[in-house]
Amino acid sequence: MTKEDCQKLVIDIIADIAPDEDLSAIKPEIRLRDQLQLDSMDFLDIVMELRKRHGIEVPEADYSHLASLESCAEYLTPKFPTKA
Amino acid sequence: MAYDWLKGIEEHYDIVVIGSGLGGLTSANVLAKCGHKVLLLEHHYQLGGLATWFTRKGGHIFDISLHGFPIGMIKSIRKYWSQDIAQSIVQLKGVRFINPQFSMDTTFDREDFTRQLVEKFKVPAETVERFFTDLRGMNFYDNNPETTGQMFERYFPGRPDVQRLLMEPIAYANGSTLADPAITFGIVFSNFMSKGVYTFQGGSDVLIRKMTAELKQNGVEIRKHVTVEKILTTAEGGTKQVVGVVANGRTIRCRAVLSNANIKNTVLRLAGEENFTPEFVAAAKAVRVNSSSCQVYLGIRKGETLPHIGDLVFTSDEPTFSSEKLVDLHTTSRTFSMYYPDTRPGLDRYTVVVSINARYEDWNNLSPEGYATEKKRLIDESITALERYIPDVRAKIDWQEAATPRTIEYYTRHWAGTSFGTKFEGLKISMDLPAQLRGLYHAGSVGIIMSGWLGTINYGVIVSNQIDKFLVAMKRAPQALTTVA
Ligand SMILES: Cc1cc2nc3c(=O)[nH]c(=O)nc-3n(C[C@H](O)[C@H](O)[C@H](O)COP(=O)(O)OP(=O)(O)OC[C@H]3O[C@@H](n4cnc5c(N)ncnc54)[C@H](O)[C@@H]3O)c2cc1C
Repeated sequence: MTKEDCQKLVIDIIADIAPDEDLSAIKPEIRLRDQLQLDSMDFLDIVMELRKRHGIEVPEADYSHLASLESCAEYLTPKFPTKA
Repeated sequence: MAYDWLKGIEEHYDIVVIGSGLGGLTSANVLAKCGHKVLLLEHHYQLGGLATWFTRKGGHIFDISLHGFPIGMIKSIRKYWSQDIAQSIVQLKGVRFINPQFSMDTTFDREDFTRQLVEKFKVPAETVERFFTDLRGMNFYDNNPETTGQMFERYFPGRPDVQRLLMEPIAYANGSTLADPAITFGIVFSNFMSKGVYTFQGGSDVLIRKMTAELKQNGVEIRKHVTVEKILTTAEGGTKQVVGVVANGRTIRCRAVLSNANIKNTVLRLAGEENFTPEFVAAAKAVRVNSSSCQVYLGIRKGETLPHIGDLVFTSDEPTFSSEKLVDLHTTSRTFSMYYPDTRPGLDRYTVVVSINARYEDWNNLSPEGYATEKKRLIDESITALERYIPDVRAKIDWQEAATPRTIEYYTRHWAGTSFGTKFEGLKISMDLPAQLRGLYHAGSVGIIMSGWLGTINYGVIVSNQIDKFLVAMKRAPQALTTVA
């Protein structure tokens, strides 16, 4: 799992949560909230989808790591199981 | 022998949901979609809790709590239910105020309120702008002790008319008062102001029928006519934990329980004091519930029509707004919800539902005769009040009926017949529940901010996330957990 792959997986989730948003031009370093109409319920949905799709648990104290695509990748990539 | 409403259910579920209000229904749906085995139990013969309706002779269908909700419902329904259900959400544009201080027609959104506050009420534009912006920025974790009344005085000192315009509709929407924390006003008011008031076209019956179909498709086992009497726990291994429920006298085992019953019922009646620390029990007992409601249902004879006088008409003869007067047994403050044929396209019918805030104690202490007399008075006064706007309405009515706080208590079992859950402090009890008793969760009208259709749906999702986390961890390490338990 590279950081690029990880960003792609997060974008896939956001695409399902916010189907009306244009995700083609998201800037990875800028806060998602500043580019998209995402509220706190949407971030909760991202947390639930990460658990459902990838078995990754994001504790409440770490929600701030989901701010931008870049910070998501930084935080989430090591949590994906490495292929044995 | 009585019919067995639990016939054919399984021995064990991942989660038992007690109650099918919008909070319970939404949690059941979300958790089923996460892959958990869900059993939903409802004591009434109909799902929906307060999001309900009833039919009467003459072809009348009356909605109880379908008066209006914020635009946020479209997004929440689409995400946690379906696009199909979300598509029936439409705007109600005719909100009207008629009282001794002012009369006003509005679309009840920020743009129109700003315009009228500036032009009609002569409030400086800068003050209005600052008020709206500051409200938007409020957070429930800010712990600000300011009350709604104090906040109004800060922005609109000496302006009881403006304060009434802001407070009256929200008092109907969530039962909050001028003495409640400002956040309880701020969140709900901001939600409405974002784009106005919305409703579900087709009526509560269609909404709940569609939700039921969705639940079944996602594998939720649904049983009506089933009252949960007790939540079962074990203390084996040192940690108190939920192991099941007793419903209609039968034991059903499960990993977790989500109660959509009132938080006080959940802690003090369903689980029982013995399962919590004395401090927690004391705090739960100290939680105040919100006021209750009366309603008058007026069915218009088939073939008759009503003029369009607005969708939601807030009326009152009180000289100024007062939170106490609003719930008084003899209040003159009423909201008329006018249901035109658009509500249920194809049926071509009109109904009127009059909502009145009320105190449970006033209604619970009446003798049977007194109760009947007061109900009749309520109906008569409501029709007389409506005649001011529709002079010939009385002759067109062929069904009239009233509901009181006792009716709400009877159908929902809510503590003191509360319409809008608890005061602000109830939210902490609700959120702290699983830390007190492993596997027990609560979702439903609580803390004022988590009430109303949108609030309960979103709170149901917030709690479902915690339950999902708990269940996933439990399923991953069943051995480890059994030894702990
Ligand atoms: C008159 C009135 C008008 C309203 N108007 C609006 C409005 O216009 N817009 C809006 O957004 N909100 C409105 N509301 C508020 C809104 O209806 C509620 O906040 C919301 O529907 C509550 O949902 P809930 O999940 O808390 O559960 P509830 O609807 O309170 O349902 C709880 C369910 O649990 C069941 N239950 C309880 N105990 C047990 C048990 N032991 N075993 C089995 N089942 C049990 C009950 O039977 C009930 O079905 C109104 C409320 C009232 C009373």
